[in-house]
Amino acid sequence: MKKWSLLTLVGADQPGIVSKVTQALAAVDCELGETSMMRMGCNFSMMLRVHHDGKDLPDLLKGVCSELKLHLHVDEDVDGACVDNEPDVNITVYGADRSGIVAEVTSTLADAGLNIIDLETALAGTTDKPIYIMTIEGQAKNGVDALTDAAKTISAAVEMNIVPIQTLRA
Amino acid sequence: MTVLEIIHYPDDRLKQESQEVELFDQELKDFVTDLEETRMAGPGAVGIAAPQVGCAKRLAIVDVSGLKKPVDNHGYLLMINPEITKWEGMEKGREGCLSVPDFTGNVIRAEKIKIRFQGLDAQWTEFETHGYEARAIQHEIDHLDGMLFLDRLVSRRTDLFQRKIYKK
Ligand SMILES: [Zn+2]
Repeated sequence: MKKWSLLTLVGADQPGIVSKVTQALAAVDCELGETSMMRMGCNFSMMLRVHHDGKDLPDLLKGVCSELKLHLHVDEDVDGACVDNEPDVNITVYGADRSGIVAEVTSTLADAGLNIIDLETALAGTTDKPIYIMTIEGQAKNGVDALTDAAKTISAAVEMNIVPIQTLRA
Repeated sequence: MTVLEIIHYPDDRLKQESQEVELFDQELKDFVTDLEETRMAGPGAVGIAAPQVGCAKRLAIVDVSGLKKPVDNHGYLLMINPEITKWEGMEKGREGCLSVPDFTGNVIRAEKIKIRFQGLDAQWTEFETHGYEARAIQHEIDHLDGMLFLDRLVSRRTDLFQRKIYKK
């Protein structure tokens, strides 16, 4: 019987990671589901949901992992695809770099009903005056107004834009 | 009245350019009735274009008047041989399509457009519209040109011209 597994691979960035890993998976008939692959600092990180008939994935990927010096972690993905993953709010936050921005913003918004679907952060600005940028897509379970109210209580000096997403279907 | 079958990508007919409507006859009227019926049957669809039911005619329906969160609109719009004559501004928004089930993605569209089109009586109408209605119209006209929103997807990192509704 076919099943889904979730692969996480991390290693130093270098050309060819995506093509070599996906070729190794295709060669043993693993089909890809959702994936997320990105450079993070000088590392490259990949998460891939793969559909296969119970293969020993760590063994099959041993070659490519040692060649590219990738760490591999495999989870059994029992629940499969998440059906309720439609964001209805987009949030951008930026400000002077300060540890704890993500923690304060996300915990405040979570208490106001935010369910995060996608969050990305980046460091920018100059070395002596770094800034922190965060983009979030999520679901406002208690409505977008609840989030904007909660945002007013955030003490960190950050700029914040909360914009409802009204998905068009046509 | 009939609910027509919606075709899904990778059906080639969605990638073809549609032909101008020249005959404003009863057959066209009946088709428009069926197309609207089909739109209403789609879950929450604010628009539908003839190619989505396999008919390569330059004709589409848009109606954004029934949204839960109301937006500026011109009500029910039947657009035959529509043309956008002016574009202004850009805005990112999330779109899905009856012909591409189970996927939504971010697309950049003009924020404001001027549109002209014919009605069932072949008379031309022209007006300007913006925001959500303008987005829906652009999505439909793309269908008439054999384009899908998939052809215009942008990365989630693209944060372009977002309207600020809240500033801390
Ligand atoms: Zn569509």
